[in-house]
Amino acid sequence: MSANADFTAETKGDARTLRFTGDLSLAHLGDLSDRLDAYEDEVDRIDLSAIERMDTVGAWVVHKFARNHDAAVDGLDPDQENLIEQVEHADQPVARPPKPASPFIRVLDEVGAATITAMHTLVGLLGFFGATLVAFGNVIRHPRRFRFNATVHRFEVVGVSALGIIGLMSFLIGIVIAQQGAVQLRQFGAEVFTINLVGRITLRELGVLMTAIMVAGRSGSAFAAQLGTMKLTEEIDAMRTIGVSPMEALVLPRTLSAVLLMPLLGFYSSLIAIIGGGLLCWVSLGIPPVTFIQRIREVVPITDLYVGLVKAPVFGLIIAVAGCFQGMQVEADAEQVGLRTTAAVVQAIFLVIVLDAFFAMFFTWIGWI
Amino acid sequence: MAGEKDDIIISVRGLKNSFGEQVVHEDLDLDVRRGEIIGVVGGSGTGKSVLMRSIIGLQPPDEGEVTVFGESALGQDETQAIEMRKRWGVLFQGGALFSTLTVAENVQVPLREFYPDLDLALIDEIASYKIVMSGLDASAGPKFPAELSGGMKKRAGLARALALDPDLLFLDEPTAGLDPIGAAAFDALTQSLQKTLGLTVFLITHDLDTLYAICDRVAVLADKKVIAVGTIDELLATDHPWIQEYFNGPRGRAAVASTEKQG
Repeated sequence: MSANADFTAETKGDARTLRFTGDLSLAHLGDLSDRLDAYEDEVDRIDLSAIERMDTVGAWVVHKFARNHDAAVDGLDPDQENLIEQVEHADQPVARPPKPASPFIRVLDEVGAATITAMHTLVGLLGFFGATLVAFGNVIRHPRRFRFNATVHRFEVVGVSALGIIGLMSFLIGIVIAQQGAVQLRQFGAEVFTINLVGRITLRELGVLMTAIMVAGRSGSAFAAQLGTMKLTEEIDAMRTIGVSPMEALVLPRTLSAVLLMPLLGFYSSLIAIIGGGLLCWVSLGIPPVTFIQRIREVVPITDLYVGLVKAPVFGLIIAVAGCFQGMQVEADAEQVGLRTTAAVVQAIFLVIVLDAFFAMFFTWIGWI
Repeated sequence: MAGEKDDIIISVRGLKNSFGEQVVHEDLDLDVRRGEIIGVVGGSGTGKSVLMRSIIGLQPPDEGEVTVFGESALGQDETQAIEMRKRWGVLFQGGALFSTLTVAENVQVPLREFYPDLDLALIDEIASYKIVMSGLDASAGPKFPAELSGGMKKRAGLARALALDPDLLFLDEPTAGLDPIGAAAFDALTQSLQKTLGLTVFLITHDLDTLYAICDRVAVLADKKVIAVGTIDELLATDHPWIQEYFNGPRGRAAVASTEKQG
């Protein structure tokens, strides 16, 4: 076992010598560095002839001390001398990141930066939407450039694979709405209006909204992560150099699949939710399915279906554009893929809900109530 | 001969590695002597990186013995493994810097992890001189890996690998993707570190210039094992077709010519 690094001071005539002993290496340094920093007397010579071993950390500590005290170092073998030389050569002022400002300034700074980022994102999103439309226009003018296989593949990933999870979610939502509605309406002896509640709210609002949230989580995030990773691995740059437009080859199939499949998924979701609600009405309120379906046909106007079907493709567009836009913004490192994916989902859901509120007011205004 | 036995720093015996059906190594033996720079060469897919990962414990082998610093590197408990990891540094192919930390913080990670009592100012200073020693400018310290070029990332990775003043250094294709001047500087750096610190270097490379310039011995990986180990002259004396083609191909001859020119 090597001895810990240590030093002793001795004075001979006028000259004061510091003699180091032990193992001058990282593992055996102990508090040597602190003690040397605290040592303030003048030293003319540093004697290293008694040390067992020295690594760069030891060499650094010795060099620093010699530099600060203007002392000569001796008693070295050639390798150790070389080591000290190397460390001396590497002695440059430590570059430090700039000092953080005061908390108040920092808060202001962050608020300002966040506002600017939000504005840039909004502008970027609009620009990206425009670029998607341009790509769509180009494909219409040159139909041969349309990626049929890629689009159909997206149909499967976005739509068919999502049927299971969206069906299960909608079925449970239908049951919950019916059950909660029945409990509240029973107080007025109006349980039968549970049917109105289930039929209208799922077709108008919840079917499409819940589907949009699910698609944003499933596909919007996938779009962002896929495109982000392709950006990192320079696949997208490679595409551009071959003359393939990433907007046409990647963004358009994804956008089209989301726009076209959202109405189908939304309708499917509403239907399953109504089945769930009907099942609860049958089991818990004793309303037979035939009566339930007949009541649905009486109380749900066809405009409710239109409301859902008009909103769905718009939501799909928002989800796809937000996902692809964020994916294309990835730069530099892998951490960004995660951040951008999160941003894509959050933005998509936020925008969907904001737009849903506008749609609600609009449809009331045109009399589809 | 007993003295020579002590000088073996890495010993691999009967190593077998496989991924599913595909067997990468079978019955592989290799000895690395203390203080040497050993180059590991082999065609693409012969498992050079897998061999390195087996030695440093990232890829537990199916069969075989790996001994590092005279102790078995397999089946250790956590404290033993940490003691062993303190004594080696690894430079991965892409640098593998932590992307959320600055270069200086990257270099400080092993110091803080293994020596938590160390003075913070000293850690700062150590990181700074290691960065400069690895051939980067001190101003690279506060930068994030994303702001560095490929060659600078490799140097920063080397600074991190050297943070603990290891006895053993693993380098995975350190000069791949560097310009010739940068690659030559990296070779010179590796050699001077090996001389001054008494390092043992396990160097995976495709770079014939590096092999000629700094490697004491070269191990050739082919047919799932190490088919030959020795100085380049010794390897040239064997008649294995792959070795002959490797060193006597146009690039091999060019590397010889440039080495001779430099004397």
